[in-house]
Amino acid sequence: MNNPQLNTNGELTHLMSIEGLPQAIITQILDTAASFMEVSARDVKKVPLLRGKSVFNLFFENSTRTRTTFEIAAKRLSADVINLDINKSSASKGETLLDTIDNLCAMHANLFVVRHASSGAPYLIAEHLQRIGRDDVHVVNAGDGRHAHPTQGLLDMYTIRHYKKGFTQLRVAIVGDILHSRVARSDIHALTTLGVPEVRAIGPETLLPKHLDKLGVHVFHDMDEGLKDCDVIIMLRLQNERMTGALLPSAGEYFRHYGLTPQKLALAKADAIVMHPGPMNRGVEIHSAVADGPQAVILPQVTFGIAVRMAVMSIVAGN
Amino acid sequence: MNIEIKNGRVIDPKNGVDRNTSLFIADGKIAALDDAPAGFVAEQIIDATGCVVCPGLIDLGARLNSIEAELAAAVAGGVTSVVVPPDADPPLDEPELADRLVHRAKEIAKARVLPLGALTLGLKGERLAELAGLKKAGCVAFSQANVPMIDTEALLRAMEYAATFGFAVWLQPQDYWLSRNGIAHEGEVASRLGLAGIPVAAESIAIATIVQLVRETGCRVHLTRLSSADGVALVKAASDEGLPVTCDIGVHHLLLTDNDIGYFNPHARFSPPLRTESDRQALSTAAASGLAAICSDHTPVGADEKLLPFGEAKAGATGLEVLLPLTLKWAEAAGVALPAALARITSAPAEVLGLQRGQLAVGAAADVCVFDPAAIWQLTPEALKSRGKNSPWTGYLLNGKVRKTLVGGRAVYTG
Repeated sequence: MNNPQLNTNGELTHLMSIEGLPQAIITQILDTAASFMEVSARDVKKVPLLRGKSVFNLFFENSTRTRTTFEIAAKRLSADVINLDINKSSASKGETLLDTIDNLCAMHANLFVVRHASSGAPYLIAEHLQRIGRDDVHVVNAGDGRHAHPTQGLLDMYTIRHYKKGFTQLRVAIVGDILHSRVARSDIHALTTLGVPEVRAIGPETLLPKHLDKLGVHVFHDMDEGLKDCDVIIMLRLQNERMTGALLPSAGEYFRHYGLTPQKLALAKADAIVMHPGPMNRGVEIHSAVADGPQAVILPQVTFGIAVRMAVMSIVAGN
Repeated sequence: MNIEIKNGRVIDPKNGVDRNTSLFIADGKIAALDDAPAGFVAEQIIDATGCVVCPGLIDLGARLNSIEAELAAAVAGGVTSVVVPPDADPPLDEPELADRLVHRAKEIAKARVLPLGALTLGLKGERLAELAGLKKAGCVAFSQANVPMIDTEALLRAMEYAATFGFAVWLQPQDYWLSRNGIAHEGEVASRLGLAGIPVAAESIAIATIVQLVRETGCRVHLTRLSSADGVALVKAASDEGLPVTCDIGVHHLLLTDNDIGYFNPHARFSPPLRTESDRQALSTAAASGLAAICSDHTPVGADEKLLPFGEAKAGATGLEVLLPLTLKWAEAAGVALPAALARITSAPAEVLGLQRGQLAVGAAADVCVFDPAAIWQLTPEALKSRGKNSPWTGYLLNGKVRKTLVGGRAVYTG
């Protein structure tokens, strides 16, 4: 089975998932992002790498934050950015996903940034582009169902590398609703590919996917035990709809067992960093004293995210 | 018409025949094997050199969305009798609908059609359909297709009522609550791909419930499309206990696992879902041992309904024209001899149906399939007569090509 995100030279042509990415490509993206950090600090925050190219933000699912950071990143690369909120346009008129893609290709799109509620949707688009012979059009997954959110995974790696200077001595805990989280899956693949010796998943059985151990993850149900001696803690957002079924009894009970409080944070290493992909639910998965505390690196994550997305877009469009 | 099929390897699994010989057909029936009956003059001679001559295939599950094309596909696949589940549009829940289907199939005069009547009105699992009326109109048994019965009391009453008349009930064992949101086997692959899972318990719980109700009611039950090792074990236990329970397996489940989903291949989406390699092996053993019949679970799906993200794509694959080649492929991989493999798609389904078909005994209806087991063909959309071009095997080379299909002594396909 060919890895559909690499071209015949083994270069990144689409970014769909961290899974299957060689370590060298992840490192290339992080290094490229580091070089773009300086651009964001300039008065004129632009480089001409994607000048004349059209980037289409195709959001089949609502997201303000991710779309905005992709938009900023594309603009800093001097691309033309077109935002399409599909919920409100074609899909409601019965146009299929691939019809939409064909139409946008006819408008000379160069890169699609895709957010979709169904796992695997970007693969369908990439396969279609290959079928119609459009190797020049690239796809970046901005989150598909529960499957993957690779740019979030990469910006998390950037953040970890920035603060911890490496990966091979770390103990990283991912806490919360891993079952429904595309961020968690991308983080797990990135961390294991980059050689993190111990990746932990902490949560109740109802929020953990089956056979997580097969992905190289150590599962903990007890948060105190799971946080012990960790260098990095990645908190996940708990969506309110998880409380409507039988997954969890209440936000309160969840917070008592899996919310990150200053007391729980104290069990990790003294210099541990706390990350969160946002948006946060204060008092549900994270205590405000931690979210606003000295160990939180949640806002730097957002800043790094722009550089990482610039790196991804410039690399795929350059290949 | 008097027909002689000569020079072929005649395999009649039911009657233990496997030798190179001639088969004689007269008046739509098998007239003799080996030597022509007295006074027999062949009006047509079919030279089956290099071919296998076996009973026409009986497919325990094929959806006929466009009946003319699909019945042509059936005979092109050597299938002479097709059991049709009731989940058509509208569902087959009224005698007139069954009447019309049977009548239409007779007009088309290709494969025989054996409709399953809906067990409940609209397959809603609430009110019983008119089972006796449906039976009279030609339904061979009653089924919910792959729609789970939510209400266990309704299931109990339906089975009691069916047992009253000696009708068989066909059920795809799938617990509604455990399967309603899922799209793939709950396991490593679904976890990795972020697909909502259907646990094995969805099948085993449903089987346990159904088997207990068989004990209570004595109703004859056929379980369709098993997908798991646990499911197979439960059916085996019920069968060993002497309960009137039989089962079948869709041929794709004998060859594929959830790993074949690969990068979200919508052609690997099935109901029930493809499960793990150990499940596949248990299914294979169940088929090889004779516990389960094999069927195509033919589900034609339009291209547009497959060109969607995995979770939105319709489940199922085209099956009628690949039932034979895929069964041969399975038999070769599993080390099952050809006669035993052919039994799973001829005599075994006939036994499930309680019909004297699926055999070449003298006096039986001359439903015959002549195929070249060594012929290789490539599965392409153009190669299929079915409107359903959806297959995980598109582009693959398959072994086994049908050369002649007879239904009631009449040639309905020549390949």
